[in-house]
Amino acid sequence: MKNLQNMGLLVLALAIPLIAVLPLPDFWITQLNYIGMYSMTVLGLVLLTGVGGLTSFGQAAFVGIGAYTTAWLTLNTGMSPWLTLFVGMGLTAGSALLVGLITLRMSGHYLPLATIAWGLSLYYLMGNLDALGKYDGLLGIRSLSIGDFDIGQGRPFFVLTWVLLLAFAAALLHLLDSRAGRAIRSLKGGSQMAEAMGISTFRYKVTIFVLAALFASVAGWLLAHFQRTVNPSAFGLKMGIEYLFMAVVGGVGHVWGAIVGAGLIRVLEDQLQVLLPRLMGTSGSYEVIVFGIALVMVLKYLPDGLWSLVGRHLPRRPRAVDWQHAAALPERDKPDAGALVLDVRKARMQFGGLVAVNDISFQIHAGQIVGLIGPNGAGKSTTFNLITGVLPATSGEVVYRGATISGLNSRNIARKGMARTFQHVKMIPDMTVLENVALGTHTRGTKGVLSAMLRANRTEERQLFREAQRQLERIGMGEYLHEQAGNLAMGPQRLMEIARALCADPALLLLDEPAAGLRHQEKQALAGVLRQLKLEGMSILLVEHDMDLVMQICDHLVVMEFGTLLTQGPPAQIQQDPKVRAAYLGTDH
Amino acid sequence: MDFSIASILLLDGLTNGAVYALLGLATVLVFTVTRVIFIPQGEFVAYGALTLAIFQTGRVPGTVWLLLLLAGVAALMELSGRWQHHRNALLALKAAGRMLFVPLVVSGIAIWAAPQQFPLAVQAALSVAVVTVYGPLVYRVAYQSLESATPLVLLIVSVGVHFAMTGLGLVFFGAEGFRNPAFWDLRLNIGPVMLSGQAIITALATIALIVLLWLYFERSLRGKALRATAVNRTGARLMGISSQASGQLTFTMAAFIGALSGLLIGPTTTVFYDSGFLIGLKGFVAAVAAGLASYPGALVAALFVGVIEAFGSFWASAFKEVIVFTLILPVLLVRSLRSGHSDEDH
Repeated sequence: MKNLQNMGLLVLALAIPLIAVLPLPDFWITQLNYIGMYSMTVLGLVLLTGVGGLTSFGQAAFVGIGAYTTAWLTLNTGMSPWLTLFVGMGLTAGSALLVGLITLRMSGHYLPLATIAWGLSLYYLMGNLDALGKYDGLLGIRSLSIGDFDIGQGRPFFVLTWVLLLAFAAALLHLLDSRAGRAIRSLKGGSQMAEAMGISTFRYKVTIFVLAALFASVAGWLLAHFQRTVNPSAFGLKMGIEYLFMAVVGGVGHVWGAIVGAGLIRVLEDQLQVLLPRLMGTSGSYEVIVFGIALVMVLKYLPDGLWSLVGRHLPRRPRAVDWQHAAALPERDKPDAGALVLDVRKARMQFGGLVAVNDISFQIHAGQIVGLIGPNGAGKSTTFNLITGVLPATSGEVVYRGATISGLNSRNIARKGMARTFQHVKMIPDMTVLENVALGTHTRGTKGVLSAMLRANRTEERQLFREAQRQLERIGMGEYLHEQAGNLAMGPQRLMEIARALCADPALLLLDEPAAGLRHQEKQALAGVLRQLKLEGMSILLVEHDMDLVMQICDHLVVMEFGTLLTQGPPAQIQQDPKVRAAYLGTDH
Repeated sequence: MDFSIASILLLDGLTNGAVYALLGLATVLVFTVTRVIFIPQGEFVAYGALTLAIFQTGRVPGTVWLLLLLAGVAALMELSGRWQHHRNALLALKAAGRMLFVPLVVSGIAIWAAPQQFPLAVQAALSVAVVTVYGPLVYRVAYQSLESATPLVLLIVSVGVHFAMTGLGLVFFGAEGFRNPAFWDLRLNIGPVMLSGQAIITALATIALIVLLWLYFERSLRGKALRATAVNRTGARLMGISSQASGQLTFTMAAFIGALSGLLIGPTTTVFYDSGFLIGLKGFVAAVAAGLASYPGALVAALFVGVIEAFGSFWASAFKEVIVFTLILPVLLVRSLRSGHSDEDH
């Protein structure tokens, strides 16, 4: 996969100088210039919408900020365009940050709504400010030049635009294949899993929104100097929607889809704008009918866009293993054998009048496997959620290695070294097993978005992958490294989640029904893995229904019924306990 | 500014706000039942006003032809969908016939009535009827097969529908704008405040519609079924409530409200084929401010939007749209701070 994307970059890199010297008509060079600028904005949408699962209709407004900033500054202050680029990017980042901070804490559809309102108000602002020339816009913007050499038109501009686009595409591909990129790719599946891996989903959402806005801002800067005039119509909501349309048609999940979409729509729009008015007999923007209907059809019949038609025929090649000699990641200091790891003190969870967990207390010591059992509806999962910080406890306290963790969110609890799996496997199906497991190493790396884009993260990436491979081999999944996670059967999926949790270098592992849906052989393998972990000093809390497994491997059992603690003790004692038998089987009273 | 100007602006704002409120209610209704963020709501407004305007000239409005076209497409989709499902030609034809029946009847009446120069009220009723029939057809054609898609995909579809409907509006109505005659030429002077008949009608219609909606959702089985769908689609389905029927019904109501709003706003402003969008969006701002969930919240927010717009156009008329649409950011900020944590995505 990676090799192929690099190949795409290479093809494009070769094509740019070739096109520049070929005797193409000027009309097509102009078209290619527009396509390059549009692609740049759409590239941002690929990151935001396709990868991150967020949508913005306001990209055109960010293009507008970039364009108007450079137009106004170069006209009024005589500043060099090479400086105004960064001023524009600064303004864009500021406004994107504002909109993002306001909307991204709320559910997914508030961002698109806010960007609609934002796009509209910015359009009317540009159209009514005297300083910005009202609806006529600003005229006579100077062309880009290096020294006396004009690079603002025709072929030189083509080279500039497409080299920039190529650089952005490369940066984006590098980003997506990195620690930060894996975090970004996890956003789409809901925040619970990502947060449990110690990823701040909110921060990454804001980051990609700002990044997408910056791509648009650079495109706006180019546009202003290429057209040498700016007016609000290019930055209105209609254009914002069109950018999204380009992304959806091309394939919003693929970097190359951005260029395919932008190219197709630009050419199509050009043809339709000539053809349709002639057909209708009057002038007017009739192409929106075709676009609107096409948009609905694409979403219905080809939701992955046109690029998927090509992309699915390209062979996937496994990632080249280059991390055998990477240094091991530093490990946190582990509790001594037998030390108190987790102390749950009178934890209580109340939903209105319903007491789901009623003052539960139990302890886990280092190197112990504790089973939390009870009939359905006993409150096991709620207890689990209280400990992992998914739910805030109504009262009571959870102490982990001597520090209170109740009140912390699941992300901060994860960072303290408590790792978990999920009752229903949560993974990113279109990433490989190795990449999914590497998500677990998130808290152990530090390299962010920028170093990923600049490829300054290689050493750390190797370390992370080395750790991911090590943990996969530890639980016996060494041969699945490059398999797509979505193709795995249930058993291996659950093991993969355990490997992912182990990657966080936890001192306490919480497993939510790891044996559910597993076949007998897989259960035996799981039991072996858990015993092995215990021998290595790991403490484990296990919520499980499979009594055979629980009795086999647990040192201590906590039994819950109707939200209250029924009893606790070693498995042999619990097995004989009449209260437990009554809870599970019912008795005559 | 003195008291009389302020009162005029206030009244003006409340009148427009009442129309925004209707559109906001429709938006909330559609979102809660189908999870569709229905951007094209405003197109129904323009279609309603323009249909009446064309009826006034004694011609057959373009919306009628478009309606027939849309019904044809919907019937074809129904035909092929049923055929693929059952392989039973009779069932398939029946389903297609059901899709066609109402649009054909309404179009027939409209084509017959257009040259007859009926009184304004009859023409208004006809206009509402024509546009209302669009509702279920739009749902059938654009949304029905995407029922289980995420709100985000549905939102993008909405944008596509909005594009198509605006463009088709241009085809069928032309670029010319129309201003409808007032339904009631009353001018009532109460002290310094002048109350127009149109304002009274708007207020009455809004109140009546809100009461009707409330009765419908509280007292009727169908209304309760819609509420059930809004709360839990799967659960409602298991109780035998068809989510497709609910969707079609909701869109019918949305189209009806849109057309009615078009009639109410038609006499106060010149309506073009693309005017609906901005009008609809203001209802939309109100609905979003109410979290796309609360009817009374949307009502209050819409009246507020109307008043802000009226005063905005007095103080800074060029920037009234900027003010209205920027208003949503602080509202969202408050909502965001109050919700305090990030919602799990649906």
